[in-house]
Amino acid sequence: MLHRYPKRVAYLMLVLTALVATFPLWGEAVFGNQANFMLEKLTLMLILALFAMSLDLLVGIVGLVSLGHALFFGLGAYTLALASPDFRPASMWWMLPLVIGVSACVGLIVGLLVIRTKGIFFIMTTLAFGQMLYYFISTSQFAGGTDGVFIMFRPSLAVGDTLLVDLDDPYSFFYFCLVTLLAGYLFLRWLTRSYFGQVLDGIHDNEHRMQALGYATSGYKLIAFVIAGVMASIAGMLAAMQYGFANPAQLGWHTSGEVLMMLILGGMGTIFGPILGAFAYEILLFVYEHATRHWPILMGLTIIVAVLVLPRGVAGLMIAPPRARKRRTTANDAPEKATVSAQPVTQSKVD
Amino acid sequence: MDLAFFGVQLLNGLQYGLLLFLIASGLTLIFGIMGIINLAHGAMYMIGAYLVYDLTMRFGNFWLAILVAIPIAIALGLVIERLFLDTLYKRDHLYQVLLTFGLILVLNEAQRIIWGGDVHRVPVPAPFDASIQLTDNLQYSVYRLFVMGVCLVLAGVIYGVIRHTRLGIIIRAGAVNRDMVEGLGINVRTLFTLIFSVGVALTAFAGMIAAPLTSIAPGMGDSILITCFVVVVIGGIGSIKGAFWGAIIIGMATTFGAVLIPSLASMVIYLIMAAVLLVKPRGLFA
Repeated sequence: MLHRYPKRVAYLMLVLTALVATFPLWGEAVFGNQANFMLEKLTLMLILALFAMSLDLLVGIVGLVSLGHALFFGLGAYTLALASPDFRPASMWWMLPLVIGVSACVGLIVGLLVIRTKGIFFIMTTLAFGQMLYYFISTSQFAGGTDGVFIMFRPSLAVGDTLLVDLDDPYSFFYFCLVTLLAGYLFLRWLTRSYFGQVLDGIHDNEHRMQALGYATSGYKLIAFVIAGVMASIAGMLAAMQYGFANPAQLGWHTSGEVLMMLILGGMGTIFGPILGAFAYEILLFVYEHATRHWPILMGLTIIVAVLVLPRGVAGLMIAPPRARKRRTTANDAPEKATVSAQPVTQSKVD
Repeated sequence: MDLAFFGVQLLNGLQYGLLLFLIASGLTLIFGIMGIINLAHGAMYMIGAYLVYDLTMRFGNFWLAILVAIPIAIALGLVIERLFLDTLYKRDHLYQVLLTFGLILVLNEAQRIIWGGDVHRVPVPAPFDASIQLTDNLQYSVYRLFVMGVCLVLAGVIYGVIRHTRLGIIIRAGAVNRDMVEGLGINVRTLFTLIFSVGVALTAFAGMIAAPLTSIAPGMGDSILITCFVVVVIGGIGSIKGAFWGAIIIGMATTFGAVLIPSLASMVIYLIMAAVLLVKPRGLFA
């Protein structure tokens, strides 16, 4: 999966990053008094990009299709919301480790259970565990039930009394999210190219063979599951800071479905693809919401069309444009997918 | 909790479980034989309920409404299978998840456009709108008993068809080795269309007969879908027997959970699922 990409991909991504990073310079000229609103949207896109990227580690790299990834997103949001003091900002120095610790523990417990399942079972069990937390939170007293929890103060990032970054300032927060996203990207890039990542790639291609080679594949999958969960919870924490509240909807399975959409729109297994996917999804959402009240129909149709004609997403187009690949790539796709779908079919039985 | 109250809860659990079985059996058949994970299954349940609501309002007769709604549901299943799923059989489950998720968005919103966002009710239909007096202050709806009976009959029919008919042999064989069945000269393509339509019809029918018992609301399909996933995971994917017992377990657990431990009621079924996964990761009957 992880081969070198054409140079143009790297250049394009660098240009896009530069474009996003300089938004505060050109935003006002283009959007006028809408610039602040656009900055908020852009910050949200960066956060969702981190979320989608974390899912790519599971779906694209290891080949575990999770339909409960929002569990961790919401967990990050709720950890922040519930741990924040009411009348003063929390410190990022303990908030971040707390979010990471909580999500790693939950990831380990859920992971131990779901890793035992495969294929379609994995999809269903991740979905079910996601919904379990959803119902737990939305019926609980301490977490505000269906109303969620408001966050009065964003955590502060300070040494002594001097603020390192003023997270209350929209521009600083925007850069904070951008840097987090880039750090996440570099981390995943390093991870997937490391020995550990090579094993994950091997598991994706043929788990039985990896087992035969002596790898304890469950352990590798579990670690990947926990890492993906921790990254998603960091994205969830940032989202809660951005919105100013934690809401059960952030945990719900529609959120899990949406992030899968971002993944497919962007192109899975590429790490950079989901970033494009998150942007594409949010831009489409913005356009559709302004076009009609019944925007879910348009979004639903978009995803159906994307699945049918663009299974490798935007990133797939960038790596192998349609002109160059002709019919060859589509023919190559088939056997790889056939092996995946063939497995559970032989396992199932009707009685 | 006295005995009569316990009995009523038992009946309620059984009735809910049997209804779940109808929905879950469609889900598990579609997966077991076609290898397709259909997230839009819950939306079909919702459409069944709304169809019967709409047609009952039109005709003024619940039974006539069901009679008209069933062919519509089957036709919907046919269209969806031919139009969308046809391309997905050879592809990864991820794409099936995404495409059927897209279908949910479309169907849920179509429901909003056609029937609006209000909550509706269908009156309990004529011969069954009575109730049986159990004790002085406890009574039980005859319609619930009727629903139970219908579900049991259908469960028997499904089991009989799969166990004892030629079609059943083909279905079981198709679940084990699709290519071999095709090699023996059986048109798997037609079989798939049939199975999908039947699966959709079953869940839509469940929505129809459940309509007088529940409130018909937008998004009612989503929660039932996830409950059915739990049923299928507990019973074992592709197993009708598993779907049956899984549904009964979940039906009972939901009903008694709500009475005995209200604070944890919404989580009980997931805890059971977690326990089953610990012991038997592939389900009780796989």
